[in-house]
Amino acid sequence: MKKTQLFDRHLELGAKVIDFGGWAMPVQYTNVIEEHQATRTKAGLFDTCHMGEIEVKGPQAFELLQWVSSRNLAEQAIGQMKLSVITNEGGGIIDDVTIYRLGEEHYMIVTNAGTREKDYSWIERQRKERGLNGVQVTDISNETGKLDLQGPLAQSILQNLASDDLTPLQYYHAVHARIADVPVLISRSGYTGENGFEIYVESKMVGTLWDSLLETGAGSGLKPAGLGARDTLRLEAGMMLYGNDIDETITPLEVVYGWITDLEKEFVGSDALRRLKQAGITRKIVGFVMEERGIARHGYKVFKENKEIGEVTSGTFTPTLQKAVGFAFVPTSYSEQGTEIFIQIRDHFSRARVEKLPFYRRKK
Amino acid sequence: MMSKPNPTDRKYTKEHEWAKNNGDGTITMGITDHAQELLTDIVFVELPAIGKRVRQMEPVAVVESVKSVSDVYSPVSGEVVAVNSILEEHPELVNQDAFGEGWMVKLTMEDPLELNNLMDASGYEEMIKEVKH
Repeated sequence: MKKTQLFDRHLELGAKVIDFGGWAMPVQYTNVIEEHQATRTKAGLFDTCHMGEIEVKGPQAFELLQWVSSRNLAEQAIGQMKLSVITNEGGGIIDDVTIYRLGEEHYMIVTNAGTREKDYSWIERQRKERGLNGVQVTDISNETGKLDLQGPLAQSILQNLASDDLTPLQYYHAVHARIADVPVLISRSGYTGENGFEIYVESKMVGTLWDSLLETGAGSGLKPAGLGARDTLRLEAGMMLYGNDIDETITPLEVVYGWITDLEKEFVGSDALRRLKQAGITRKIVGFVMEERGIARHGYKVFKENKEIGEVTSGTFTPTLQKAVGFAFVPTSYSEQGTEIFIQIRDHFSRARVEKLPFYRRKK
Repeated sequence: MMSKPNPTDRKYTKEHEWAKNNGDGTITMGITDHAQELLTDIVFVELPAIGKRVRQMEPVAVVESVKSVSDVYSPVSGEVVAVNSILEEHPELVNQDAFGEGWMVKLTMEDPLELNNLMDASGYEEMIKEVKH
């Protein structure tokens, strides 16, 4: 298994380690609920070095990205980041990514951990097929470390160590700065539904940064948080997990990515997606809340009037809401908020109700 | 983290259940403190219906943490005569007191000799140590 630069630190902190997309990652240090609550009420620090970074540079960088991305990037300012989907010719989701515009002809795509190689080959293939010689695509994941600092106290903790005032940094924007004297790229973004930051740093400096943040944040209640808490936090925030909720058999129009799929522009898969939309979307991902006992899990079947109608893609007991919730694919006719559905849990059926996403929205 | 000592008044399974002979033809069972430590964050316990019959080492209950779903196996063959239904509202009792208030099921024993297939406290401790190394 691959290890991040922080692996030994995780072991020293007593982390339980699991295989996540070929990476040995901490699932929890103490327990998921504690780390979840710390992130919701104070701050959590996540090792996200396993995620991929692909640099796209050159005069045709925009042209290439506009072709591989479902999102229209025409209005993207330098310093701005955009959530986007990379689709195949059939409109299936190759990955959900964020795209940073770092300069006039300079972008960075941040990929999921398990999809990095696939994304890189796909983008390279598109570049060659389109004859775009004025752009270089480089996988910079090995040299790039990443930490996510999330939670209501994230900003004050980071500010203690920052060279610049972070107040003007807007949501989904990035800035170069120094943290504890280490040069970094910081964006105000994340995967938890809290205010917080994603911090990119030269891989060999990530340990120094991790130590400085934990030390500075300790007095404020900052805790290292593992993938377990990352999962419950993103679920409450209504965010998709690649490989769990979405994959290449699913299109952005069937999940929460319709709004970042611009069918007015041409991109890989846009024809197929226009046809799909024309024909009508027949299934949709929905949120649901369990009303009877039991916790729905990935792969459990969904029933309505004794007929199987779909499948759970994510499900857990959420620490903030103290309820069992999840996401499931159901026919569009059953996707209305308030629709009663039944989830098969082992040998019985438990009632659940379709609920609008996200389940949790932070107070501003 | 240090597990609580495993009481010597009961027997243990390889799957981390304990069984205490009540001396009246029944046993009380639950999961060990070591097991609750491995699971952490127990948020749900599914208990069997009274009257359910199980064979030794068949699933009799289910415990779920935030992340995982695990079967709980019956240490003996028999019939469920009582369940700790407080766990339905307070699954955290298993984390807090696995050998006491976190008990799960009471069963009649079909064959008390089955208890001889189980480990005593020191045998169970040996097994945990071997797994750790």
